[in-house]
Amino acid sequence: MPVSVANSQVVYDAMKDVGVTLVSALPETWLVHLIRLADEDPGMTLVRLAKEEEGVGISAGAHFAGVKSAMLLQNHGFLQAINGIVGVSLLYKIPLLMLITDRGSFGERDPWQTEGGKHTRPVLDALKIAHDDLTSPDDVPAKMAKAMTLAQSSLSPVGLLLGRDLMWEEPQ
Amino acid sequence: MKRLDCLKAIYPALEDCAVVTIMGAVAAELYSLGHRANFFYLEHAMGLASSIGLGIALAQPQRKVVVIDGDGSVLMNLGGLTTMARSRPNNLVHLIFDNETLLSVGGGAPGGYRWFTTATATGTDLAAVARAAGFPRAQMVRELDDFEEAALDAINGVELSCIVAKVEAEMPKSFLMDVHMLENRFEFPRALQQPPRRREELQRPTRITKEQPTTIPALKSREE
Repeated sequence: MPVSVANSQVVYDAMKDVGVTLVSALPETWLVHLIRLADEDPGMTLVRLAKEEEGVGISAGAHFAGVKSAMLLQNHGFLQAINGIVGVSLLYKIPLLMLITDRGSFGERDPWQTEGGKHTRPVLDALKIAHDDLTSPDDVPAKMAKAMTLAQSSLSPVGLLLGRDLMWEEPQ
Repeated sequence: MKRLDCLKAIYPALEDCAVVTIMGAVAAELYSLGHRANFFYLEHAMGLASSIGLGIALAQPQRKVVVIDGDGSVLMNLGGLTTMARSRPNNLVHLIFDNETLLSVGGGAPGGYRWFTTATATGTDLAAVARAAGFPRAQMVRELDDFEEAALDAINGVELSCIVAKVEAEMPKSFLMDVHMLENRFEFPRALQQPPRRREELQRPTRITKEQPTTIPALKSREE
C-alpha cells in the first residue's frame, strides 16, 4: 500500500510531541498507519468512532478533564462533524486539533472524493477555523506545534490538512 | 414518573461525579435543585452529551462520570452508544430520561400535550438498543423506586451502565438558569482539576425515599 509509513510516523511523533494522549478516529486509506500507530501505542487512548461528530464531543470531554486530544478524519468526516464543531467547539470555546486528510485535491483518482475536496477549505474558512497544509515531512513538527499552540491559546478548533505529497507515495 | 423526582433521588450521589446533561428541561431541573461546579449543561449539539461524557471518562478513569441524556438526543447519536460500549469505561453511567417527545425543542406543550413524539413512542426501546450495542448493563425503569435503586447502583458500581427512565413529558417549572454557558464551561474543568475524593471519603448516598438507608448491594459486594 503506497501510504507513506515514514511520513505517517513523522505525523504521529509530532502529535505525541505536542502532548496528545487521546485520539478519536475513523479510518480512510491515508490514515491507516496513523491509526495503527495509535492502536499499538500503550501511551495513547484510541477511540474508534462510528461517526466523526462524536469525536468533537469526546475531544471536548478530554479537554474538560485536562487531556490533550486530536481527531483523525477524512475531509468528508470533517464535513460530517460540522454541527458538533459549531455547537460544541466554537460555541463553548474548546480547543480541537483536527488532522484532516485532504482528499479530492490535485492528483485524486477516485471520482467520489472530488466533490468533498472542493468544499473543505471554503467550509474551514467560512467557520473561521485556522488551517494549514502538511505537505512535507520537514514542516510537520513545527506546524503541528504551532497548530496546537493556537488551538490552546484561542480555545478554538484548528485544522491541519494532510496532503497527498505527504501521505501518498506513488509506486515507482 | 417525573424527571424532577428522579433527579432529586440521585442528586446527593452526584456530588463527586462529573455530570454532563443535555439542554432544556433536564438541565433546567437539575439546576433548580442546586447548581454545582461539577455539572456541565450542554445547551446545544444534541446527541453529544454522551460523547463528552465518554471523553471525560476515558481521560479521568478514577472519576465517576454521569451523563443525563434524553431520548431525542440519544436518537441523534445512536452510533455513540456503540462507541461507548466498545470503549467500555467502567466509570461511566448513561442515564436517559425517555419522555417519548422532543419536548425541549418544541415537541411538547403545557399540559403534557405531545405533538412531536420520538420513535420511543412507537416502540423503540433504548435500553434494548444499548444492550444490543454492547453495554454490559442496560435497564429500563418505570417506577421511581426502581429508578432510584438502579441509578444509585450504577453510580456506585464499576461497570458501564445505561438506565432508561420512562418519564412524563412535562415542562420544567422554569427554564431559567442563572449561570452563563461560558461561566459553566470554565468552572466545570476547574472542578475536574480537583482529584476525585477517595471512595472511603465519599459520603455514601442513601436512598432518600426509603425509610431505612440501605447499603447498595453492588457497592457492598465490591468492598468485600
